[in-house]
Amino acid sequence: MSPSILLIGIGNEYRCDDSIGLHVIRALKTQNLPETIMVESSGDGAELIELFSLAKMASVIDAVSSCRKPGTIYEVEAHKQPVPVQLSFQSTHAFGVGEAIELARVLEQLPPILLVYAIEGANFSTGLELTPKVEEAAYKVAEQVRDKVKDTLKDVDTNSP
Amino acid sequence: MTNKTIKVDYLARVEGEGALYIKIKDDKVSEVKFKIFEPPRFFEAFLRGRKYTEAPDITARICGICPVAYQMSTVHAIEQAFGVTVQGQLRELRRLLYCGEWIESHVLHIYMLHAPDFLGYQDAMHMAQDYPDVVKRGLQMKKAGNAIVSLLGGREIHPINVRVGGFYKSPSKKELGQLAEQLKWGRDAALETVLWTTQFPFPDFEQDYEFVALRHPTEYPFNEGRLVSNKGLDIAVQEYENHFYEEHIEYSNALHSVLKGRGAYFVGPLARYNLNFDRLSPLAQEAAKSAGFASTCKNPFQSIIVRSIEVLYAFDEALRIIDGYELPDKPAVEIHPRAGVGSACTEAPRGILYHRYQLNDEGLIQNAKIVPPTSQNQKVIEIDLRHYVEQAIQLPEDQLTWQCEQAIRNYDPCISCATHFLKLHIERE
Repeated sequence: MSPSILLIGIGNEYRCDDSIGLHVIRALKTQNLPETIMVESSGDGAELIELFSLAKMASVIDAVSSCRKPGTIYEVEAHKQPVPVQLSFQSTHAFGVGEAIELARVLEQLPPILLVYAIEGANFSTGLELTPKVEEAAYKVAEQVRDKVKDTLKDVDTNSP
Repeated sequence: MTNKTIKVDYLARVEGEGALYIKIKDDKVSEVKFKIFEPPRFFEAFLRGRKYTEAPDITARICGICPVAYQMSTVHAIEQAFGVTVQGQLRELRRLLYCGEWIESHVLHIYMLHAPDFLGYQDAMHMAQDYPDVVKRGLQMKKAGNAIVSLLGGREIHPINVRVGGFYKSPSKKELGQLAEQLKWGRDAALETVLWTTQFPFPDFEQDYEFVALRHPTEYPFNEGRLVSNKGLDIAVQEYENHFYEEHIEYSNALHSVLKGRGAYFVGPLARYNLNFDRLSPLAQEAAKSAGFASTCKNPFQSIIVRSIEVLYAFDEALRIIDGYELPDKPAVEIHPRAGVGSACTEAPRGILYHRYQLNDEGLIQNAKIVPPTSQNQKVIEIDLRHYVEQAIQLPEDQLTWQCEQAIRNYDPCISCATHFLKLHIERE
């Protein structure tokens, strides 16, 4: 049976670099990935927990602010380890991505594979502009996620009876 | 005499982020500043020159938690400018959509953000280790609210089905009927929630507030009514700017709303409840009475109980609307743009949300004004903190800081409507 792959891009359209997760998802939508559901989310933690229950493999893509260089990419295997606290997700919700993942872990509602891609943003003020380095990182993350989805689908094909 | 400094860099479990600064000198609170770094003016500017049809989708993006409230204030204000009234089943569907948003927003706050305060947990994750079934109940209840917003709004977050005059598509009777079982379960869970929250320990803290809310002749208010207060205010929404104004605060880019000649006022669940208890459904009134909760409440810490009662009302009201629903002939009334000014207040989960639009004869927006409930509550939050810190001044620093955070959470401030960051600084010199 094929896995349900869920890709969730998080952000606020009108908060400059905060929107980067949405841009990644929009780039991935052009790739025609099979057996993959893509969702744009505002980062409501309760909604994320609900979405997790639909998937066997999920990826969450969001902006973070951790005082690193804009465009720095972090990848966390959240099904194996807690999301590092120093990754401060730029959610407009206090009950956001980090909290949702850890609550889902406590309630045993994490998907079997959960990959978190976080991109260091620079500008989270109101507006539509993206910082160029952050925008560049978005394309790299889209490629990484695309490759990961293809690898996952290949593994399933190989392991199928 | 103590002069101390407490600094906390992060205020947890408040929607969005902003900043709070409290200075304590010689055991007295010398300064309280509730800072909002960035006013909600980007969207007002962004709306200028846009067609009226774009406005509901743009304003829905202001807040991920209360997009319906923004849409409702937008469509009512523009309809007022165009001389249009939406009635019958379309009006009922708008109330139903608002039920969904209140359930989503209130349940999130009750279970994930506020209850941990009263049960002594750092956050919902820690609470879930001891009370997994309670947290799961909260998530299920929120899911029921999502189901309403998703069906009527077209999406759970940032609904896209709302337009000036009604909806792009109205749901069938069958589609709405399919929600009923989930909502009946939700109503039972809401009754349990009322009983659960009334048992929490609350600090003894009451102030002489001026509560302001909508009041409708027959309904618990969502979209319509006069603006009233417990101290004699009784005006049409269109008179809002004659009675309320926004003062610029030196330490904050945001504007604090005040009642002319009277100062701070209190909006949100407590205000609605105190001014509209008799408009709640019999079930919600009875639940409050059975739990021993009075029909008026001046303790903001008990706002969690009032939110629970409003959640119960929202489930009950949603079921009433679904039960009487008939598919309307058209999903929206016809709109003929005309030049004019229109304004509206609706009851967002956090309180009255005021919008005013000036439009030209092509329906292009010339000016927009948006006053979110959190802007209106900022001044009263500052006053609460001043009084609350003074009576708790001898508490250890970590406990005092935590209680300040709780005092802010009482208002469920949706600072993301106005800004993005909130940091807390308490200084004792």
